Amino acid sequence: MTQPAPNRWLHRFAVLTALATLALIGIGGLVTSHEAGMSVPDWPNSYGYNMFLFPPSKWIGGILYEHTHRLWASMVGLLVIALLRWVGGRQSRKPLAIVGLVEVLAGIAIFAIWPNEKATGGFLTGIGGMVLLAALVWFRNDIAPGSLPLLAWLTFFIVQFQGLLGGLRVVLFKDQIGIFHATLAQIFFVLTCLIALMTSRWWMKWANIQHPTPNIQHPIASVRSLNGIFVATTALILFQLILGATMRHQHAGLSIHDFPLAYGKLWPATDPASIEQYNAHRVELTNINPITAFQVQLQMVHRIVAVLILAAVSWCAWKAWRKFPGAIAKTSVFWFGLILCQATLGAATVLTDKAADVATTHVLIGALSLATGAALSIITLRIPQSAVGVSPAENVSRQTASMDLDEATGIGTAGKMPAAR
Amino acid sequence: MLAGLLRRYIPGDTFQPDLFEPKSMKLSFALLTAIGAGVAQFATAADVTGTVTLSGTPPAAVEIKPLETDPVCGKLHTEKVFTEFYVVGANKELADTIVMLKGDNLKAAKADAGASPVVLDQKGCLYVPQIVALQTGQKLVVKNSDVAPVAMHNVHINPTAGPNSSEYSTKISQPQMAGAADLTYNFAAPENFMKFQCDVHPWMFAWVTVVDNPYFAVTGKDGKFSIKNVPPGKYKIVALHRKAAPTGMEKEIEVKDSGATADFTLEAK
Repeated sequence: MTQPAPNRWLHRFAVLTALATLALIGIGGLVTSHEAGMSVPDWPNSYGYNMFLFPPSKWIGGILYEHTHRLWASMVGLLVIALLRWVGGRQSRKPLAIVGLVEVLAGIAIFAIWPNEKATGGFLTGIGGMVLLAALVWFRNDIAPGSLPLLAWLTFFIVQFQGLLGGLRVVLFKDQIGIFHATLAQIFFVLTCLIALMTSRWWMKWANIQHPTPNIQHPIASVRSLNGIFVATTALILFQLILGATMRHQHAGLSIHDFPLAYGKLWPATDPASIEQYNAHRVELTNINPITAFQVQLQMVHRIVAVLILAAVSWCAWKAWRKFPGAIAKTSVFWFGLILCQATLGAATVLTDKAADVATTHVLIGALSLATGAALSIITLRIPQSAVGVSPAENVSRQTASMDLDEATGIGTAGKMPAAR
Repeated sequence: MLAGLLRRYIPGDTFQPDLFEPKSMKLSFALLTAIGAGVAQFATAADVTGTVTLSGTPPAAVEIKPLETDPVCGKLHTEKVFTEFYVVGANKELADTIVMLKGDNLKAAKADAGASPVVLDQKGCLYVPQIVALQTGQKLVVKNSDVAPVAMHNVHINPTAGPNSSEYSTKISQPQMAGAADLTYNFAAPENFMKFQCDVHPWMFAWVTVVDNPYFAVTGKDGKFSIKNVPPGKYKIVALHRKAAPTGMEKEIEVKDSGATADFTLEAK
């Protein structure tokens, strides 16, 4: 099956959306690192002002982080809506109008039926209005091929749900919502990265390569096994990010202050007397909630999973380097570099007493690690589909010998992928 | 003065009815007996005093760098600002310890409507004082003494007792602009160390303890406390510090006419 040639502007726009999402995760990390999540107590307004008209003179202290997070998130929402219109082509117009209309009506209904939930009603009405406006924009291009439209619709719904979750976290004072919000943000970032990958020239060339030569000496199973390990390791990273989000959103700061030991031991005591002692000796500046035995154990599990991830990614990189030279090997080594960096940042987070910039960088590298793992999983998953009967090593070598990930952002010929006109 | 006057004529159990006119004796006797009984108790109420000290070495106070580096709040301080988790004197006297009486003979009682309010101020982007105690029903007034360019604080309370949570469920977090009116709180249920925080300035904290009787005090920098006008009887006396262990050291005391003393030694493990 041949795929249409890439549209370089669509790809660039998708990359922009992914980068904006990464920045949004970074700003979200700053919000929690500075314990500023509740610094703007109302939503979707900001201190009674329309969010977009809140005077900059009042962006002081934690408000700077929280309000910037809200504005940036709004911008990412608009980017995602535009991306969906572009990828979805003129065929997306009608369903988008229906979704927008339903959201506006739902918002008005909530206003009328549950006055106490007017924040949610206001949010739905506002975002529904934006979606309706987007549906009015005239795109004449066709819908993008393959699974791109599905991914675009998924990101569209997630970004709206994320906005709702972020707001409800503020008005309902629920840490659990914050944990879910942070985890979903990572998945959302992965989806935007996959859209960027799948709109790239590199991906199109990969899909278009013909593989005529059967080779039964190198079973396809070895590629599948590599793919399985990539997927498992990526799942482990996602699990690790959930642990991190749970630690971060309990607002108790560091539950263990030393590294590599924990309270001077390989495994710290977590009996009530020990926990009381830990709390008595904590001098916390901002994360003032007392720590619990669960939080101490959580950080220990986070450390153990970090070691497992380091081992798994090392193995992936080594195996890819030996058997799949080219883009997969290079990306795997890049992945390994990210994980090394991430482990160092994790230790630095403890040793600097959770300095905001270090902790936030730790969140960002975590997101990049997950996205890289997901990209490798998708790329290796695609090999068996396009190269049945061909030696995986030979196949991948052929395909990637002249292809580099640098080309992914390179300029391709204008082609059949949807171009906005 | 009234207590002194009555004590002069009605010295408790040595009351002499023949000091009064016979015609009105019946009524006067009944009235004065009632007053006398009440005042006698008041007159014999005494103070419970003591000192709280700390054993062990507490962790050193930490410089609040987020405050010092804040572009607005940092300018309000010419000297370094440190945490005040353990305020300990030269002889290990421990400040900011809540000492309160408990006991079956102490009925839970809310403060009178006329009771003077307790004031919690926000000054220099810090809560002052950081440890506060008040009685159920007693007003807590939260002021904002910071003026522009500190545009606002955001008073975020964290009640854990059911009635307090319900009462303030829609007022958990309230902005207080520079120059804005005071915020007033009135908690119905007792709870220890309810956290007050400012989400705009995440280093700002105060802890408010609500007691369901009027017999409590907070130790000063000399570690001393004085609980006034305690009726005679046997009580439990509890010392609570936010950090030092154990959480809530309890003793039994008997308050006599001359009062009672109770000293505590808490531990920084």
